[in-house]
Amino acid sequence: MPDLLLELFSEEIPARMQAKAAEDLRRMVTDKLVAEGLVYEGAKAFATPRRLALTVHGIPTRQADLKDERKGPRVGGAEAAIQGFLKATGLSSIEEATIQRDPKKGDFYVALIEKPGRATIDVLAEMLPVIIRTFPWPKSMRWGRRSERPGALNWVRPLHAITATFGLETEEPDVVSFAIDGIEAGQTTYGHRFMAPSAISVRRFEDYEAKLLDAKVVLDPQRRKDAIVTDAKQLAFAQGYELVEDPALLDEVSGLVEWPVVLMGSFEEDFLKTPAEVIRATIRNNQKCFVVRDPKTGGLAPKFILTANIEASDGGNTIIAGNERVIRARLSDAKFFYETDLKTKLEDRLPKFEQIVFHEKLGTQAERIKRIEQLAAEIAPLVGADVEKVKRAAKLAKADLLTEVVGEFPEVQGLMGKYYALAQGENASVAAACEEHYKPQGPNDRVPTDPVSVAVALADKLDTLVGFWAIDEKPTGSKDPYALRRAALGVIRLITENALRLSMLQTAKSALTGSQGKGVGDPDKLVADLLSFFADRLKVQLREQGARHDLVDAVFALGGQDDLLMVVRRVDALGKFLDTDDGKNLLAGTKRASNILSIEEKRDKRSFDGAPDAALYNLDEEKALAKAIGEVSAEASAAVAKEDFAAAMRAMAKLRPAVDAFFDKVKVNDDDPKIRENRLKLLNEIRSATRAVADFSKIEG
Amino acid sequence: MDSLPLHMRPERSFQGFILALQRFWAEQGCVILQPYDMEMGAGTFHPATTLRALGPKPWNAAYVQPSRRPKDGRYGENPNRMQHYYQFQVIMKPSPPNLQELYLKSLGAIGIDAAVHDIRFVEDDWESPTLGAWGLGWECWCDGMEVSQFTYFQQVAGFECAPVAGELTYGLERLAMYVQGVDRVYDLNFNGREGAEKVTYGDVFLQAEREYSRHNFEVADTTMLFEQFRMAEDACKKYLDAGWQENSKLGNRREHLMALPAYDQCIKASHVFNLLDARGVISVTERQSYILRVRELAKACGEAWLHTEAGGSSPSS
Repeated sequence: MPDLLLELFSEEIPARMQAKAAEDLRRMVTDKLVAEGLVYEGAKAFATPRRLALTVHGIPTRQADLKDERKGPRVGGAEAAIQGFLKATGLSSIEEATIQRDPKKGDFYVALIEKPGRATIDVLAEMLPVIIRTFPWPKSMRWGRRSERPGALNWVRPLHAITATFGLETEEPDVVSFAIDGIEAGQTTYGHRFMAPSAISVRRFEDYEAKLLDAKVVLDPQRRKDAIVTDAKQLAFAQGYELVEDPALLDEVSGLVEWPVVLMGSFEEDFLKTPAEVIRATIRNNQKCFVVRDPKTGGLAPKFILTANIEASDGGNTIIAGNERVIRARLSDAKFFYETDLKTKLEDRLPKFEQIVFHEKLGTQAERIKRIEQLAAEIAPLVGADVEKVKRAAKLAKADLLTEVVGEFPEVQGLMGKYYALAQGENASVAAACEEHYKPQGPNDRVPTDPVSVAVALADKLDTLVGFWAIDEKPTGSKDPYALRRAALGVIRLITENALRLSMLQTAKSALTGSQGKGVGDPDKLVADLLSFFADRLKVQLREQGARHDLVDAVFALGGQDDLLMVVRRVDALGKFLDTDDGKNLLAGTKRASNILSIEEKRDKRSFDGAPDAALYNLDEEKALAKAIGEVSAEASAAVAKEDFAAAMRAMAKLRPAVDAFFDKVKVNDDDPKIRENRLKLLNEIRSATRAVADFSKIEG
Repeated sequence: MDSLPLHMRPERSFQGFILALQRFWAEQGCVILQPYDMEMGAGTFHPATTLRALGPKPWNAAYVQPSRRPKDGRYGENPNRMQHYYQFQVIMKPSPPNLQELYLKSLGAIGIDAAVHDIRFVEDDWESPTLGAWGLGWECWCDGMEVSQFTYFQQVAGFECAPVAGELTYGLERLAMYVQGVDRVYDLNFNGREGAEKVTYGDVFLQAEREYSRHNFEVADTTMLFEQFRMAEDACKKYLDAGWQENSKLGNRREHLMALPAYDQCIKASHVFNLLDARGVISVTERQSYILRVRELAKACGEAWLHTEAGGSSPSS
């Protein structure tokens, strides 16, 4: 069966867009083929800086013919109905319809519609222009003379040529004939911009890819990547170094060249006095070059690896020398920035924050830093941190935002703060907190353990959360512009992974009073709402860990649960208990008690609170249950008081036989209303006993 | 190029370098303009780009424009940062289909041979908040160094460009430094002569860099500048108002008779704002509102321009 080759040849496509564009092209063409009833065998798409290419193989030559029978109006029916039928079926007169006999209901017309399948090449000629016109580039543009007309083609950059052929391997393929904005589809493409710019005539994918390779274009991005990595490793190895691998940079670099030529350049050893992260950021971000490690020292080597797009006639010497010049200039800028930064103490930068607005409604950065300092100092004793160190760290932690290096390379924020803090002789924990207070940044980021870092990290995140809650800028749906979900998850991980005891309501309230007191509304309501946000984040986190998130609800439903560590421990113990037979049966028993109660409560329009009367027990099972509840309640409460939730669950387990026996032998709705009421009160006791650990009614299953 | 005397060769002299570019673009049919006689932050502000990019009429021009960036002054201490430098600007409307090839050829004309250099088009979308303008294009790299901006204007002064113009901006000093092989801008050979006859870029501009850095950062009279900003803004609006007129020959279509003088005041306001910014007297929040005020002027000037003869609304004769 025949194959399709499609190439869209343009001016340079941004590297970051290429992979998605190739995938979009493949998806759009193949989806449309399938929608047209053309099932293909395989498809693969490619991108280089100057082209998107797609091959789809094994497409049928034609669509299948469609046969359809359409039932029409009765013979001799209303004229309007017959006209409507002709219109709907495309018949020119009713004579073309056949008549189907139906002795019961009367004869009626039937139209046999035969829709012959179209030639695939015609289908392609119709669909490809639509796909090109509606291609989902993140940003697209108009160009040239045609751009003044309405409806001019939009593409990522000017589109110059379209190759579109369709045919069998054994035959000369046909051009899929269409034109867009004056560009006629054909079979002509072009090679490398500098090394082989001439036109190339191509037939189908196999010769296309091979001819491009001859014309110094490696079509497959993966092949370009492999070549770059292999050559880069080799070059580094030959000098006794190791490549510092960088997949994101590799993706970008491979999207900037059609013919990768890997070269190595050097810079002066002296630059290595600047922190390695700064050197790497300079070389990577500004020059899109890789850095190289010296395995003997573990530090960077004074080398870099660049990927050129040509085999230069001088072997690349000019290119290397040019890149070295730029990198030298960049590194001396970076070194200058770093050395300039070292001349100013971090605290001397702080006044400038008074002029920098953090958020319109949340004041300046200076105000925010003061709030964080105050809150961190309150948290310090709760996490076992030295208050003075915490205050110092909170004061300095943001100062590096105003340094030259961070201004130039935002990704080293925090890290530079640490370097500068150490350089000015700050305590090691204070310096570490300058970096670590941003952590954890995501679910895979490390959680700091130094109490000073922990205190500042919590204060930073809680101030953010409380602040944005106060001005009602909460995350909605997929929108979370201030990364508040990440901040909340950070707080949860800081607390649980460091086993910290913190009343979330109290801490959030402190954060609130320390700050945006004005116009906040009811602070209790606000912190309660924030707590339920934490509950939601906790559920998400537990679900991702494969734990039962419904247990979180069962624990929060108890009320007053704002100590996240205890919540997690309760959930954990509860989860283990519910995995046992005792747990499952007790849960079933408790639910049964709850169900009966809620029915009877509704019927009687009253609740059955209050202690049952022991004198009204007339069955052994009632007495046994009452006794068990008394014992278990006392035992479980004592265990909960000691925060031994496993022991509390073990105590609960003892309730199970009594509950089972009760339901087995005792009829709750006794004819004597007094006995009935007493039994319902006993059921209520089961419910309250289990509430020592969780609200069982909120547990699913 | 080989027929040129040594001192005129682009790799030997800064002026020869500029002349080579001018000659090249003259050969492509561009009108070679001289710098606009006002202070501006970039060659794009020149009415030959900003205003001529608007409207349907073809326009091909090239020119050197001194760019004033008061904040970038370094008292002559930095090897390549200056508050005054040259941009070479090319604008072609509509953008010709071979604009990339023309650009590469122009590099050849100034001594950059594509067989030994690694020339790349790296994504860089351009946006000027003050001009209400944006376009897509690249920064052009030569051996890892950004040497030009290449932009297809999509919108200017808030109006769609129809047709689209292609804009090239060469950083002249940087390119010349590369071609001449010097690391410090002030060491550029300006006139291509040697020995006693040699004039360097430093001879021409170093003192100016020191003086203007002092002026821009320390002394510029901010009270006066605030006043100048306000005056330029008022003047711009006044000239715009005064320029509108019904034209009975055009079936009472509105036309504008003073878009260019009004736009001068917009350029003025923009530069005064840059000076105030360098003096550090504009806060972060104010900054945004100043930019918006200049943009409003630019948009109104663009609208006026579209109702002038060269802006394309009226017949050209």
